Amino acid sequence: MLTTPKKAGRKRQPPAPKKPVLPPEIAAWFSRRGWQPRAHQLALLDAARQRQSTLLIAPTGAGKTLAGFLPSLVALGGEKRPRSGAGLFTLYISPLKALATDVERNLIEPIAEMGLKIRTETRTGDTSAARRQRQRVKPPQIMLTTPEQIALLLSHPDAPHLFADLDTVILDELHALAPSKRGDLLALDLARLRTLAPNMRTVGLSATVARPSELRGYLVPQTAPDSMTLLSELVTVEGGAKPEISILEVEDEIPWSGHTARYAMQEVYDAIRAHKLTLVFVNARLQAEVAFQELWRINDDNLPIGLHHGSLEAPQRRKVEAAMAAGKLRAVVATSTLDLGIDWGDVDLVIHLGAPKGASRFLQRIGRSNHRMDEPSRGLLVPGNRFEVLECRAAQQAAEEGAQDAILSRSGTLDVLAQHILGMACEAPFDPDLLFNEVRSALPYADLTRQQFDRAIEFVSTGGYALKSYERFAKLRREPNGKLRVSNPRVAQQYRLNVGTIVDSPMLKVRLVSARRAKSRTAIGGRVLGEVDEYFAEQLPPGATFVFAGEVLRFEGMRDTEVFVSRASSEDPMVPSYGGNKFPLSTHLAARVRAMLANPKDWPSLPPAVGQWLTLQSERSVLPATDEVLIETFPRSGRHFLVAYPFEGRLAHQTLGMLLTRRLDRAGLHPLGFVANDYALGLWTQGDLTAHIADGRLSLADLFDEDMLGDDLDAWLAESNLMKRTFRLAAVIAGLIERRHPGKVKSGRQVTMSTDLIYDVLRRHDPGHLLLEAAWADAATGLLDIRRLGDFLARIKNRIRHQSLSRVSPLSVPVLLEIGREAVAGHARDALLREAAEALAEEAMGTSENGHSEAGTHRT
Amino acid sequence: MGILKPERIGLDDFADQPVSICGKSFLAHKSGALYWPAERALIVADLHLEKGSAFAARGQMLPPYDTRETLMKLAAMIDHYNPETVIALGDSLHDPDGAARMDRSDVESLHMLQEDRDWIWITGNHDPKIDRMLAGYVMPEIVVEGISLRHEPRPGTVTHEIAGHFHPAARLVMRGTSLRRPCFVGNGLRLVMPAFGAYTGGLNILDLAFEPLFGLDGLAVWMLGHEGLYPVAPRLLRDD
Repeated sequence: MLTTPKKAGRKRQPPAPKKPVLPPEIAAWFSRRGWQPRAHQLALLDAARQRQSTLLIAPTGAGKTLAGFLPSLVALGGEKRPRSGAGLFTLYISPLKALATDVERNLIEPIAEMGLKIRTETRTGDTSAARRQRQRVKPPQIMLTTPEQIALLLSHPDAPHLFADLDTVILDELHALAPSKRGDLLALDLARLRTLAPNMRTVGLSATVARPSELRGYLVPQTAPDSMTLLSELVTVEGGAKPEISILEVEDEIPWSGHTARYAMQEVYDAIRAHKLTLVFVNARLQAEVAFQELWRINDDNLPIGLHHGSLEAPQRRKVEAAMAAGKLRAVVATSTLDLGIDWGDVDLVIHLGAPKGASRFLQRIGRSNHRMDEPSRGLLVPGNRFEVLECRAAQQAAEEGAQDAILSRSGTLDVLAQHILGMACEAPFDPDLLFNEVRSALPYADLTRQQFDRAIEFVSTGGYALKSYERFAKLRREPNGKLRVSNPRVAQQYRLNVGTIVDSPMLKVRLVSARRAKSRTAIGGRVLGEVDEYFAEQLPPGATFVFAGEVLRFEGMRDTEVFVSRASSEDPMVPSYGGNKFPLSTHLAARVRAMLANPKDWPSLPPAVGQWLTLQSERSVLPATDEVLIETFPRSGRHFLVAYPFEGRLAHQTLGMLLTRRLDRAGLHPLGFVANDYALGLWTQGDLTAHIADGRLSLADLFDEDMLGDDLDAWLAESNLMKRTFRLAAVIAGLIERRHPGKVKSGRQVTMSTDLIYDVLRRHDPGHLLLEAAWADAATGLLDIRRLGDFLARIKNRIRHQSLSRVSPLSVPVLLEIGREAVAGHARDALLREAAEALAEEAMGTSENGHSEAGTHRT
Repeated sequence: MGILKPERIGLDDFADQPVSICGKSFLAHKSGALYWPAERALIVADLHLEKGSAFAARGQMLPPYDTRETLMKLAAMIDHYNPETVIALGDSLHDPDGAARMDRSDVESLHMLQEDRDWIWITGNHDPKIDRMLAGYVMPEIVVEGISLRHEPRPGTVTHEIAGHFHPAARLVMRGTSLRRPCFVGNGLRLVMPAFGAYTGGLNILDLAFEPLFGLDGLAVWMLGHEGLYPVAPRLLRDD
């Protein structure tokens, strides 16, 4: 990327009367390349001189990274500075290992060309142990690393020496990092770094966000006495050329449901053929597999098309990345693994299969093409179904306006705080009063109370149980001076093995075996293709075929932590239903879709099939106004259906479905099941819903009342598998459960079992426990999306539009088609057992022809 | 998709199910306990008391309520069947020091359960010795009416035996979802009981460890549900 590797002259300019903006070597480097330092790069230099922490918001291609490093290059290239510590001057922190490595590569070249003598090094999980050891004693001047490494470095007794000279911390992709548990931990680590290096300042690099103040507050210590949030400086670079985004239009009918956009593969292929390098983004790993398979099926020109997602083995991913960078590929099908920052090649088109679910993620993905500010990015949206046509249109409008999704403001979680407290104790004995103040200077923890903090300390030390104490096994001991220290060195070892907030769901290796050997118990088989989520693997019946790593595979069985597969002869795999989309529809896009539905004037601009569909809906039923929620009831094949259209995303709808069915059960309407997608929720009952509503026995206002988030939610959560998974994550982060390390634990299944048991026992005996509180807070924004559901219920108070119909409505078709496609939700597990037992009984009576009956579709 | 109610009601309210071993009749309960009406004996396996504190001693502060939870569950069973004899089939304590770590109140609860009935601790690999503080008789195994009650099942196709040790669990895959639960597993001639303790995991009965214990035919499996105990056809079961 840099073309003039000429050595810069070392000749010194005569001292200028006023301080020049750039030192001569750097100024010369710019002019040799025919560049001018950009305004925002100079602004950041200026902020550095005034020791101000700064947030830089700039679109891709604006020279963000160089702007972030320039002040450090100026300072380190100048006169020798007195050292009080190990000499580490600048920390660069990125959410991705690969990004840290990539940025280092792009930094080394200009440093060499400027003739500066600055030592830069990366430090990630991939760095050798010996090198990491050395880096703690003799660090580089600029270290490029990830948040977890900072936490690790801070847990060693030599941290004060290591960080004493720290001048600048650069946080890349801050918009992606800050609003997460990882961001919580990093915020606490920044607070610690400020204590160790009081002069330190921060630079945040971010893509455009809706509310920059959240990120500005993140960058500076919150030391104002009242609840006012202190903000960093802000430098904004206006966007370059507007992206050019189109929505694919095809001759074929657009499907009613599904996300794979299989119907449009030929058009997608044609678009790939017409471009140099195309990125094809999808929302879930298995969608990537399907798309990859479909493209190769029609790849008559044998175009080099690659696949990139998080389940593939790392070497395989590296190979694809290298091939992209070398210009050897024409297309790559990818998931969010290619969302962030790295330039792997000269992409000239980004295709999005299925709706993008959020405006900001979409803009970020589109930005992967034409990575230069003055050229427009080019994007092509391919809706997977009719609702997604509306959503794609909404995303297109948002992109044209440059509108972003709002990042939800968040409070730091208690599990992360617990991990941090233990890390601090591992470094050195700490004074709880001082640590409390330090923690509260981090924006996510600005509102933390002393009581919460003390509970977290108690949790770290003894588990923090109300009714019984593990005092004699305490991990923290109080010294005579009131400081807390770890009780033995093993505690620190344990901490270092468990650091970080990324807890993968248990993954199983996928190993290829020959079909014959798979039958024998001793099969060890061939190479590992990658990993699949355990929750996916355990659903597969033996013999099922699915697509993985670009091949059609036959599931042979599971052993310990491995899934055995063989190559399937079948061309036509059973496509697994894999948890649907990962990301729920964003609130912002949802509002746009609702507005579109309510405005028939927009419809003629939609594809004819979609326009006709909406027109038909307005004739047979209604389309709700933007501030209403539409609820339809109708009979169908001997059952009674209720379909609601909240547009709040699949997660919130699933939670709503669980709660509504509880209530309908109590009302004696005998709910039988429900199904949810991003837009709507459908449920069906034995009792006549329409009649109950008509004669007042059932009030929709009561049914959808906010009070369902009280006792009903509580009672349901007790049994919810999602809640148990949420609890497991919190328990691992907080250090209650150890992470699984290779060779240490046999299978993830056993771990999952035991955290479930712990959850049950804790709920019964200590319902106020800190970890339950943490899990609850996670559930509110995470897998259960309770916060969003609460907002919805408040919004639709007195705004329910009920339509009783004689038959199924056009708008309800997509969601009802999902019936049978989704797995049974966690609630009625005893019903399954009962059914299995009945199958046995029928077998015994000689009446059974098959033990499996299709869910929700057999007669009442 | 959530299925909330079975549409065919057939096997409701079976909190316990009849089980026969070599002609003797027992009741297997959804809690994992086994009752022998003719002998008025309640049998439980693998309580693993003080497992929580055993982990805490190594730095993992699991909730310290497992002993209490297990004893409460046991108390409910004693209440339900009012047995003359209670037999714990070994691994009653998670480790030999477990008794010393027990809460005073838990020891007292245990002593209350022991009042007016015989209590037999069969030793297991986790608890080769039982602290005298826990009262009761301690023995490596016991033979009642020709049925051997011991901790670890004898290898081979032995008959006339009730044992624990393996923590049997079964995995069912139906309608695209999977369910894993502790279970009783037997063949009419011998029975392996599920672990009764609050923090005990399970071993899939399709694991190699179970292979030598049962012949190929006549395997019977009862899975523990929240509302009942469910006999399940072995052909529906799956590997982990």
